[in-house]
Amino acid sequence: MFDEILTIFLDGAIYASWLFIVAVGLTFVFGVLKILNIAHGGIYALGAYSAATIVPIFYTLGLPEEFVIIAMLFSALAVAIVITPIMERGLLRRFYGQDEVLIVLVTYAIYLVLEDVQKLIWGMKSFYVSEPREILGGVEMGSLYYVGYDLALIGLAIFCGLTLWLTLNKTRSGKIVLAVIHNPEISGCMGVNINKVYLAAFFVGAFLAALAGSFTAPLISVQVGISVAVVIESFAVVIIGGLGSIPGAVIGALIIGMARAACVHKFPEAEIFIMYFCMAGMLIFRPKGLFQGAQARKI
Amino acid sequence: MINKFYNNLIVQSIFLMSILIIMGLFIPNWLVFVITKAIAYGLVALGIVTLMRGGLVSFGQGFVFAIGGYTAGLLGTQAGLTDAILLLFISFLFTGFVGLIIGPLLARYRDIFFAMLSLAFSMVLYGVLIKIDAIGGSDGFVLPESTYFGILPSTEYADYMLYLVSIILSGIVSILLRYYYNSTPGLIALAVRENELRVEYLGASAFTVTVLNFTIAAGLGGMGGALNGIALGHIDPEFSYWTTSGEFVFISILAGYLSVPAVFLAALLLELVRSFSGRYFPDTWQLILGVFLILSIIYIPTGIGSFFKKFMDKLNKKKNK
Repeated sequence: MFDEILTIFLDGAIYASWLFIVAVGLTFVFGVLKILNIAHGGIYALGAYSAATIVPIFYTLGLPEEFVIIAMLFSALAVAIVITPIMERGLLRRFYGQDEVLIVLVTYAIYLVLEDVQKLIWGMKSFYVSEPREILGGVEMGSLYYVGYDLALIGLAIFCGLTLWLTLNKTRSGKIVLAVIHNPEISGCMGVNINKVYLAAFFVGAFLAALAGSFTAPLISVQVGISVAVVIESFAVVIIGGLGSIPGAVIGALIIGMARAACVHKFPEAEIFIMYFCMAGMLIFRPKGLFQGAQARKI
Repeated sequence: MINKFYNNLIVQSIFLMSILIIMGLFIPNWLVFVITKAIAYGLVALGIVTLMRGGLVSFGQGFVFAIGGYTAGLLGTQAGLTDAILLLFISFLFTGFVGLIIGPLLARYRDIFFAMLSLAFSMVLYGVLIKIDAIGGSDGFVLPESTYFGILPSTEYADYMLYLVSIILSGIVSILLRYYYNSTPGLIALAVRENELRVEYLGASAFTVTVLNFTIAAGLGGMGGALNGIALGHIDPEFSYWTTSGEFVFISILAGYLSVPAVFLAALLLELVRSFSGRYFPDTWQLILGVFLILSIIYIPTGIGSFFKKFMDKLNKKKNK
């Protein structure tokens, strides 16, 4: 009994931390740019593919094994560096200030393009890169055995969330971003370079998506179609927590992670739609999510 | 003046419909099929356009699309009802009824929240459908061949019969919708789009109009789903998947909310792009579709319908002179 609860809790926490890293990027980009980025899932997949490419190269070089983490970090960074100028500068910039739904549709189009770009670059085959998963060994808890790498993901999620939150609330540049979130026009008048803030924010979002992708690569088989589930799951998290809220993303990821882990162990039939139930339920009782403040109505 | 306009509208529609019906005899079979599918998609997108007039965009029309499709399919396989016209009509009524039930729940939401909640509904349905093995699970099931007034057309003419039915159906729907758009609730919807609070202050109910629009949209979505299912001869949970819903939204954005025929034109464009890229670039059709979406949003952000409207306005000006 206790083991079962612990299993559900740990599985849920691992799943939630993965989900959080993806969703926090999505919610941050929405907070700053007011764009609900469907292509976020595509960037995630690119991150996974690039890790799947870099990790084998790393092992052929024969460097110390622990540095593979840095290689994976680097692969995520590379994806963000390539994708940000193309997406933000090249495309999304044309649509700022337009109808939200129109922009969602543009990101949907970019998502479709990214799907085929993955196929063009990496083909239809699956990649398995499970080597990094072994570097941290395992942890025994009573009768349970957990892979250290999986547990380290929880730490990574906490680290990402804390860094983002502290940067936003405690540093000068973070406060500038908060000002832009609050009112881009007035911050522009005060001398803030809004385009730069938007670019930086999009970069952070893309990096977080790619990071989640590259650190998940060792856990899964990287293949065509891995981005689809990510899009909807991270949407559910963001909707539950409230669009644009970082604490909201934490709670949303935890709710969905735990609910899903409980379902996997108790009612496997419900696994597929439990998160939509969570999302629909939350929207019915708290339409704007958990952490959405009051907003002035325009008359 | 207004009377004349309506008379004109009906005459115009019948004229256009007869051209299309005659054309259907001479165009190749694949095009007949593509147009039928485009009409199915266009009907669903018309529902979104109806909602758009009230300022809402549903990202989950796959929900009603699937319900319509499964209604027609289950009636066909379980109850032995194969009359296409009857199936389309029953699907319309049934999904309209479903819309009337969940409409009041959804009508409280706006903007992205409305879109997301409708998306959630469609994905819950998707999750349920792939789990029910009795109706084929994730593979779906095959529909029996449909009959028309008790007659089973030969395979040569089966596609054309459905084409005929869908042209007439879409013509009637278009005319009725134009009447609805020019009616009091139809015009209030436009006002709700502009400023909901003021509409409420003036004594009209934005809520009622939204529920009405949602019900109509649901009915049309169901009819489109049934038509698509009958045309394909096969139904699967993919009908309710979010990428399907994304295509409907795209059609309605490409068409804009100003013109009804523009919706069918946009649907046809999408179908053509999809079939051509699927045929000639099978590995990269999503890429082509994506680029097509981006280009059309960049260059015609207000939709094809705005061209139509400009053209009609010019024509009216000339007449008045």
